[in-house]
Amino acid sequence: MNWRGHALKFCEVTGLPVLEPFVRLAAGEDVKEQMVGVAKFVLVPALAILVFLGLWSLAAKTIISDSATLPSPTSTWNAGVELFEMHSAQKKADREKKLTKSKEGIELFATANAYSQLAASATGDQKAMYETKARTTKERAVRAMNYIPSSAPTFVDQIVKSLQTVAFGFLLATAVAIPVGVLCGMSPWFNAALTPLIQTFKPVSPLAWLPIAAVVIIWAYSGSQPGETMFSKAFLISAATVCLCSLWPTLINTTFGVASVDQDYLNVARVLKLNWWQQLTKIILPASLPLMFAGLRISLGVGWMVLIAADMLAQNPGLGKFVWDEFQNGSSQTYARIAFSVIIIGLIGLVLDRIMIFLRNLVSFGNTAPA
Amino acid sequence: MAFSPFNFLVFGSLFMSVAVLEEPKVAPSGKPAVPSPMLQLKQVYKGYGSGVTRTEVLQNINLNVREGEFLAVVGFSGSGKSTFMKMLAGLENPDSGEILMEDVPIRGPSPERGLVFQNYSLLPWLTVRGNIALSVNSVFPQWGKGERADHVEKFIEMVGLKHAAHRRPHELSGGMRQRTSLARTLAMKPKILLLDEPLSALDALTRSVLQEEILKIWEEERQTCVMITNDVDEAILVADRIVPLNPGPNASLGPAFTVELDRPRRASELNHNDTFKGLRNAVTNYLVAVRMKSRQDEASEDEAPAIALPDLEPKSMSLPRKAILNSPA
Repeated sequence: MNWRGHALKFCEVTGLPVLEPFVRLAAGEDVKEQMVGVAKFVLVPALAILVFLGLWSLAAKTIISDSATLPSPTSTWNAGVELFEMHSAQKKADREKKLTKSKEGIELFATANAYSQLAASATGDQKAMYETKARTTKERAVRAMNYIPSSAPTFVDQIVKSLQTVAFGFLLATAVAIPVGVLCGMSPWFNAALTPLIQTFKPVSPLAWLPIAAVVIIWAYSGSQPGETMFSKAFLISAATVCLCSLWPTLINTTFGVASVDQDYLNVARVLKLNWWQQLTKIILPASLPLMFAGLRISLGVGWMVLIAADMLAQNPGLGKFVWDEFQNGSSQTYARIAFSVIIIGLIGLVLDRIMIFLRNLVSFGNTAPA
Repeated sequence: MAFSPFNFLVFGSLFMSVAVLEEPKVAPSGKPAVPSPMLQLKQVYKGYGSGVTRTEVLQNINLNVREGEFLAVVGFSGSGKSTFMKMLAGLENPDSGEILMEDVPIRGPSPERGLVFQNYSLLPWLTVRGNIALSVNSVFPQWGKGERADHVEKFIEMVGLKHAAHRRPHELSGGMRQRTSLARTLAMKPKILLLDEPLSALDALTRSVLQEEILKIWEEERQTCVMITNDVDEAILVADRIVPLNPGPNASLGPAFTVELDRPRRASELNHNDTFKGLRNAVTNYLVAVRMKSRQDEASEDEAPAIALPDLEPKSMSLPRKAILNSPA
């Protein structure tokens, strides 16, 4: 395959048909024909976005109450720019603070060394005094070197925190759902045993799970002080809620995928006399991967959606908390910032979804499904 | 030639008048029995379901397959051919009777009986090489790595897929898939090769090419082989002996036809061969006759009313449905 073939294959596997006409244009294919593709995947969506922005501006001009107004696209954009500027300003300040602290630390180290030298040459009471001074100065120096800026998390920090939380919850859910799903799919008895539980817990809203998750985590953390544990309570409560909600699509799809492995493939395994483990790894798992990944994709989507609500309730410093805090403090910028974070939440969700489509298409042995 | 065409047709028609009226029995094979047949089926019965939903598929199947013989089983679709093949492979167990391979009852599937599936059953996540390597690695774990790889390459080459060895099944044509499937089975070095309608999903041109290739490969190895097909020409081209499967339910085997054609055979030459033509007519006529008989039996069962019905018919402006259904095709 030449570069064009590879590029087209990439467009197909990543679920990005928007790139296809450009690849073909770059390869020198018929311009007129490709313009249809450009119109379909670029112009028409762009037009739709413009119409949406127009309606939004119109709404922003209309919906004005005494306490608040609906932010316009421009003010949303400005709020976003401001949020990122605040982030970079804060990071710069933090860096400078850290630098001065490091310099201070180095100076203190030098002083401490000087005191130790004095202590080496002195005797009696003076020696003891110098030694004490050297020790305390050294401690101050170490503290200065290890300084961590304690400024409030910026918007970008909160995005990162949200991504960490959702990744942790999603991985936890995957680690539980796939083995259980495989067992359910392979054994109708096991499946029959678990079906009532799965079907009951599946439709439960994240907000109902959260207090239960909180009880368990508060119990687990009852003996420890904040700061000495690996994860904060709020982080774990959020992640556990994400996990409990994103468990089910993967579990159900894995069960279905494993249970519906083509009988012919299993006959092949029987003729070859594969043992249980070989059957699982060589036939059943590869055959059910596409459905498994379809489930994982839904799970991640659900997880990301749930996370915002969980962050709000658990006060985990993520995007949900950002939205909630803005809503509570009620400055003039409040609604513009919330509108901006809504768009950011949507875009991150989109990227996560694309990644999962890409992964699923990689394991779908040629049956790529359009997104 | 043993038969003149005239003899053959006479034999065929005589035979029909006798055999169709009686329940057809398994005729002894044309040649004297070899001491121990490779494969023996003794009074095998098979059905599915239980109680009122039970359907008998096969009844009283008796068959011997000699070592090195190519046996073709021909029958209409739905006559239980696939069930028959699954039992030979060991994927299904007979309800009663027994299936012996080299005088040992068959218990479950085994690589000794290599089955080529009707729908290829290639694993779509593996390449051609990967599919063949999976069976080689599973069946010959005691071999060295290099030895197994060489074995795989040998069979890829045998079916002429060297250029496509790295491709996955979805990138292959139907014919190439079936070649891969064939290579995968042959690479297990089975004692008996079982072909379950291997070519029925292919177009006519690919089909004739693959027929000749299967024949060529078989003529090199002279392996015991049982093939199921719905194509009488194909059966005559490849087989030493043809056994018709009477239409189900309650399918049983018809009398065997021995194919007295010299090998190597070529499809293009056979079309003008009188023995071929005679045999084709005989087998086809037999199959058509048994199907007609089975339909008549079914119809007569349906038409025999439990109580005498009054000779009344509702008046209807639409066409009577029964007449359409039963009108001769």
